[in-house]
Amino acid sequence: MQTDRLIAALAADANDAPRRIGPMLVLALLAALPVSVALFMSTLGMRPDVRTAMHNPFFDLKFAVTLALAFAAIAVSLHLARPEASFKRWGWLLTIPVGLIACGIMAEMAMPHERPWLTRLIGNNARYCVSAIPLFALPFLAAALLVLRRGAPSRPALAGAVAGLVAAGLGATLYASHCVDDSPLFVMVWYSIATAFVAAVGAVAGRRMLRY
Amino acid sequence: MRGRDDEWTGLMRAANGGDAAAYRRLLEAVTPVLRAATRRGLVRAGQPADQSEDIVQEILLAVHLKRQTWDATAPFAPWLFAIARNKLIDALRRRGRRIFVNIDDFSETMAAPAAGETLSPGEVATHLDGLPSRQRDVLRSIAVDSVSIKETAARLSMTEGAVRVALHRGLASLAAKLREP
Repeated sequence: MQTDRLIAALAADANDAPRRIGPMLVLALLAALPVSVALFMSTLGMRPDVRTAMHNPFFDLKFAVTLALAFAAIAVSLHLARPEASFKRWGWLLTIPVGLIACGIMAEMAMPHERPWLTRLIGNNARYCVSAIPLFALPFLAAALLVLRRGAPSRPALAGAVAGLVAAGLGATLYASHCVDDSPLFVMVWYSIATAFVAAVGAVAGRRMLRY
Repeated sequence: MRGRDDEWTGLMRAANGGDAAAYRRLLEAVTPVLRAATRRGLVRAGQPADQSEDIVQEILLAVHLKRQTWDATAPFAPWLFAIARNKLIDALRRRGRRIFVNIDDFSETMAAPAAGETLSPGEVATHLDGLPSRQRDVLRSIAVDSVSIKETAARLSMTEGAVRVALHRGLASLAAKLREP
């Protein structure tokens, strides 16, 4: 086929303004939300004392951390969907949730406690935590990857891993309302393990799905 | 290069606003630059430069199908060269070479003319035969026989809308087939 003919065909296909990925990603995540919520309510559900727990700043901190992770990862994801993007320029956003949890740990360390720090770190729900977060993250990950297929990442595995962070952040937000372990130490260890797992799944899927 | 880049950016903005003529002019303007850079990349990797047209067509397809990832507030050239670079690396990998392609290969390249009529039908044309019949017929009509969408619709007894859908799907399937190792 002659290149000028191909160009003519491409021009003939260009009558619609291309749809932006950002709004589509937000819509897709919103569409995945009821699926994850249904999974959550049918398996764990919120903790019974959720109303009193809300007055505990360490309970609230969990949501600040998980939502900060989700929103930072959405921003980085959208950036990485562009071929000329560099991770260096925007990757630092992902340190925001890390910074939040570090502040939480320091605050908690400064307070008197009945239980030693190792007990708080190990908590009661570690096993639930590392399996439930990936489960609730899965619908978000699928939705994010489907939209990001419209992107053109130069590093598909990295783009997939960051999509995994989006999903893990949102999945962990749901899980946090069930979990009775509010210690930032617990969050740092177990939520991170679950998040790393989802990011790894995202990286493997991204390598295959996000190449263009 | 500054004036050239600004011109490209302006054309792409117009194209995103629905100006198909500007889009066509843009693609025609970038093609010789892509061709020269691709040839240079192939030669450096020890590959025959006559494969460059296949890669140029693959780049053009990717530019078309991924144009929603271009940020209209950013210059067009870096975006274009990033796609071109990725596609060249992919093409070299498929040919068994792992090669680092310098982005300067693209940004500092002057235009190269087409190498005249090539004898080989090229990868795109080869994959065209493997498409579903509708997409293949529409693409043949528009891209090989240079028939307009309107006439293609009449020729194949389809609605214009159906021709447009088949054209778009055909281009997307072509890009997917080219991506396969």
